[in-house]
Amino acid sequence: MVIKGKAHRFGDDVNTDYIISGRYKFKTLDMNELGRHVMEDLDPEFYERLEKGDFLVAGKNFGCGSSREQAPLALKAAGVACVLAESFARIYFRNSINNGLHALVCDTSGIADGDQLEIDLESGTIGDVTTGAEIDSGPLPGVMRGILSEGGLVEYIKKYGGLVAEREGE
Amino acid sequence: MEGKSAVGKTISEKILSTHSGRDASAGDIVIAELDFMMAQDGTAPLAIRSFEGMDGTAVAHPERAAFCIDHSAPSPLRAVSDLHDLMRAFASRYGFELNDVGEGVCHQVMLDKGHALPGSLVIGADSHTCTYGAVNAFATGVGSTDLAAGLLSGSLWFKVPETMTVTVSGALGPGVFAKDVALMMVGGITADGATYHALEIGGETISAMGLDGRLTISNLAVEMGAKAGLMEADEKTLTFFRGRTAAALEPVSPDPDARYVEAVEFDVSDLVPQVASPHTVDNVSAVGEVEGTPVAEGLIGTCTNGRLDDLRVAARIVEGGKVAPGVRLIVAPASREVMLGALAEGLIEVFVEAGAVVVPPGCACCVGTHQGVPGDGENVISTANRNFKGRMGNPEAFIYLASPATVAASCLEGRITDPRRHFD
Repeated sequence: MVIKGKAHRFGDDVNTDYIISGRYKFKTLDMNELGRHVMEDLDPEFYERLEKGDFLVAGKNFGCGSSREQAPLALKAAGVACVLAESFARIYFRNSINNGLHALVCDTSGIADGDQLEIDLESGTIGDVTTGAEIDSGPLPGVMRGILSEGGLVEYIKKYGGLVAEREGE
Repeated sequence: MEGKSAVGKTISEKILSTHSGRDASAGDIVIAELDFMMAQDGTAPLAIRSFEGMDGTAVAHPERAAFCIDHSAPSPLRAVSDLHDLMRAFASRYGFELNDVGEGVCHQVMLDKGHALPGSLVIGADSHTCTYGAVNAFATGVGSTDLAAGLLSGSLWFKVPETMTVTVSGALGPGVFAKDVALMMVGGITADGATYHALEIGGETISAMGLDGRLTISNLAVEMGAKAGLMEADEKTLTFFRGRTAAALEPVSPDPDARYVEAVEFDVSDLVPQVASPHTVDNVSAVGEVEGTPVAEGLIGTCTNGRLDDLRVAARIVEGGKVAPGVRLIVAPASREVMLGALAEGLIEVFVEAGAVVVPPGCACCVGTHQGVPGDGENVISTANRNFKGRMGNPEAFIYLASPATVAASCLEGRITDPRRHFD
C-alpha cells in the first residue's frame, strides 16, 4: 500500500510532552480532542497546517520522555499517517506500532518541510517526489510486523488470545 | 532451559533468559513472564480501554498487579475524578491492588511495598519504572496497551538489550549528592546516548551511596534513552527489603565475561552541584553557570528526590531560615511511608516553619496537572527529572532541575544558589 502526503519537519529529541502536553492528556480519553493540541508547545500552528494523511519527519530520538501512549494516538487522530525519524525512543516506538501508526527509521536529512512524499508501507521505501530522492527504511522485528499487520496490539491479542510464540520473530 | 551459553551474560540477559525459559542474548526477541505490572492515573484509563478491546475477562495474576493514583492526587477536576473511579472499579472487579490518593508516587509505593525485587522482571506504564533498576530489578517503562497485554496474559515480548556499563568513582564532596551525579551522567551521555541499551551502573561511589541516592540515579536512566538502569544488589539492598517481603531475594550479578557494547567512566571527586537548564534534561552545567537566576517556585519531591534522605538534607538547609518572599517552596514526600518518617523526625514541622508548602504524597506539580502550575515567565527550580517546555503545565515558564540541597538553598535566597555554603 502506497500512501501520499506532505512532510512536516521537526528536529531532534521531540519529546512526548511536546507531542501532547500533560495538561491536556490527564483529563480525557477523547483522542480527537487531544489531536487538536498535538505539538502545540513546539509549534502552535501545527494542527492548523496539518492535512489528513500528512507525515511527520523528525531527526533523532523522536518520542523521548514520558511513556504516554496518547502521543501516537493523538498524532493519528490529528491525521498524521506516518512518522519518519532518524531514530525513535523505544517506549514511543512500541506504542506507535501497537496503535497501527507506522514509524519508519530512515535518513531524514534530505527531506525538507513541505516535500511531497510517497511511502510504500510494505517495502518501507520512501519516495521524495519534490527532490526525486528514494530513501530506504530499516526493517521491523518480526513481532512488530505481526502486530502491525493486524492493525495494532489490541486487534492482535483479540485475534490470537496472547503473544504467539512462533511469531516472536528472528 | 536447553544448554548453557558458553559466553557470560549481562544482568539483562540473565533476567530475560530465566523469565522466558530461553538462553537469550542481546538482540534476541523473547516472550517473558512478568513478576509485576503497574499503571498510574495518567496511563491506567487507556490500559483499561485496551484490555476491554482485547476482550479481556480476567487479569492473569492479580497478585502481580497494581494501579496507583498519583499524578493528580487528590483530583483537581471532575473529569479526572471519573477516570480515577474507572481505575477503582477495574481494580476491584479483577481483584488487584489499587493505591489510592495519598499513598504516594507509584514508583515509591512499588518499592515501599516490595513489588520490585532483586532479579525480578517488572513493567510499569510510566517511563520512570527504570527506577527499580537500583534494587537490581529489570524494570522498564511501557505504554498502556503493552501493560494491558501484560495484565491479560502475564507476559510481554522484549528485545534483549545490549548493555553499557557506567562506573562511577571518587568520593562526593560536601553539598554534592546523588542528583548531581545523575545530572552529570545525563549531561555526559546525552538524551539519546543510551537508547535501547540497558545500563549497568556501579563503582565505589555507587557502593558508598545509600539506597535513596541510587534510586535517584536509576530514575534518570530513561532520560538518556536507556531501557533499564541496573545496579547490583548488596547488603544495603537486602536490608531495605527485610520486613517488606516474605519472598526469597535472588539478586542477579553479571558474569565476569559478560559482553558489553560500551564502558563509560565518571570520576566525581571534583564534582560540583549540577543544574539542568531549560528545556532539556541534558542541558547540564555546574550550578555556578546559572547562580543568581531568580526563582519563583521550588519543588522538592517526585520519584527522583522525594525520599527521606532528600527531605533530611533539605530540612537541614531551611531549618531556622525562611523561604524568600515571593517564592513558593512545595514539598511533596514521595509516599505515605516517607511522609510518616518525615513527621517522626520533625522534618515536616521544619518545612512548615520555614514557609514551605507541604502537599500530599504524589507527583505534585511535576507533570502539569495541579499543586503548583507556574505562572508566565516564572523560573522553577525542581528536584524532578524533566524540564521540557510546558512540562509543569505552562509553556511560558522555565524549569531548572537540581538536587534537593540546591533547591532548598535557592528558595531561601530567591535565586539559584550553590548549596555548598550550607556544608562547611
